[in-house]
Amino acid sequence: METNQITETINMVAEEHLDIRTVTMGISLLDTIAGTPQETAKNIYQKITTYAKDLVKVAQQIEREFGIPITNKRISVTPIALIAGKASPDDMLYYAHALDDAAKAVGVDFIGGYSALVQKGFANGDLSLIKSLPRVLTETDLVMSSINIGSTKAGINLDAIKLMGETIKAITDKSDTANAKLVVFANAVEDNPFMAGAFHGVSEADVVINVGVSGPGVVKRALEKVKGEPIQIVAETVKKTAFKITRVGQMVGSLAAERLGVEFGIVDLSLAPTPARGDSVAEVLEEIGLEMVGTHGTTAALMLLNDAVKKGGVMASQRVGGLSGAFIPVSEDAGMIDAVKAGVLSLAKLEAMTAVCSVGLDMIAIPGETDATTIAAMIADEAAIGVQNNKTTAVRILPTNGTKVGDIVDYGGLLGTAPVMPVVQKSSADFINRGGHIPAPIHSFKN
Amino acid sequence: MAKAVVTVIGKDKPGIIAGVSRTLAEHDINILDVSQTIMSDIFTMSMLVNLEKLDEEFNKLQNDLNHLGKQLNVEIHTQREEIFDAMSRV
Repeated sequence: METNQITETINMVAEEHLDIRTVTMGISLLDTIAGTPQETAKNIYQKITTYAKDLVKVAQQIEREFGIPITNKRISVTPIALIAGKASPDDMLYYAHALDDAAKAVGVDFIGGYSALVQKGFANGDLSLIKSLPRVLTETDLVMSSINIGSTKAGINLDAIKLMGETIKAITDKSDTANAKLVVFANAVEDNPFMAGAFHGVSEADVVINVGVSGPGVVKRALEKVKGEPIQIVAETVKKTAFKITRVGQMVGSLAAERLGVEFGIVDLSLAPTPARGDSVAEVLEEIGLEMVGTHGTTAALMLLNDAVKKGGVMASQRVGGLSGAFIPVSEDAGMIDAVKAGVLSLAKLEAMTAVCSVGLDMIAIPGETDATTIAAMIADEAAIGVQNNKTTAVRILPTNGTKVGDIVDYGGLLGTAPVMPVVQKSSADFINRGGHIPAPIHSFKN
Repeated sequence: MAKAVVTVIGKDKPGIIAGVSRTLAEHDINILDVSQTIMSDIFTMSMLVNLEKLDEEFNKLQNDLNHLGKQLNVEIHTQREEIFDAMSRV
């Protein structure tokens, strides 16, 4: 073995923030459904605490043996709206607390899957779940929620979008930070290990281990060595780096699955930033040649980055899944925050970037007085980008009461801090209030 | 049979190799390969060692070497060999 290989690996972890961002255990709850919400809640607690009891311990031991940090240990479950089909909004609290209690009992960081899939319409459980969100997200600590409101196959549920705009406002009235635990998707994926959007799809095996790997710092450092080279060299360098990072995820994931006695699902290779300097996607884009992220050329650089990450990752793993690409949350990325503060990165540019990144408008603070229909219209725009382009898009937006444009809101820890961004001051209410359903695009009819 | 790589990086001084080797010997661990160099005063060493099995012993060894690293004021990493292979080989 070459000494420089050893040094390279050690530096990636020590200096470039390479980490396994998450080991997420997906658990199906389909076999927990019982006659009453209370009984079902008991079964949910039982199943999660049985399968995930060693998750944290096993992850910590792997961290030790390989010398690579596993930042988060998480659980994702079957969308709860499917489990709680007959429940009322009040009943939903039983389910939410069962998840929260189970997550605390096994010591994981978050539990995802307080979710509903309503791209084509609502069932009773979906509506109960959405109505319960203001209480659930403020009365539980570790429960994360996602709502899928559109898909390329089904089109866009404008009624659901309207309801989500109102729900996000209602959550804001109870808490400044709880909306960080809620994401509104189009084309949600079923094996995503990242939060807030992780849930365990119904077509998944009973229990699986999915892994999310990250390392924007590693990519940036690699690109520093090819300054001034033609752009295809940038793509090649990102590909090779993504390959190396994904290999680590593959190894850790399969070992964790083996030790926990469950199936190994997928590796999600996503460049997910953290607020730490040197762990930023914005800095990678700037290294490609932009003075500051948000300037002209940002979308093109991001497209190259996102695509090269996927290409490198696909070769390195048995099964690549989840969202795989580059995340562009504002509050969690030091470079993005700088660019917003400098007035260089706007909401409009972020929206354009979501057409070529792996997710969407993420962790963006807006003034608390923003109208529910305006928030809904933002969700509709994002859904349109996702549905039309066959990709996942998402909105995790944080209206914050009592703030004005330019104020800084602190969400704590990995969620970071966000400058409040300006929103266009013209109404979209008549559009949103039409309600109904935007038909699926013509290219979805492939049968 | 598992293998681990012990890497030591820090300012050169007498007793680094002696200390690491002694700790490994105390754990009854065989050294398979050593590569060591001094780059502008910085001592760098990688050792490939044999582990009979991966269990509590690994954790104890890692704790002892971390402790030794603090005493010698150098950084010591003890990692399973596979991580280095995984990244560099298809």
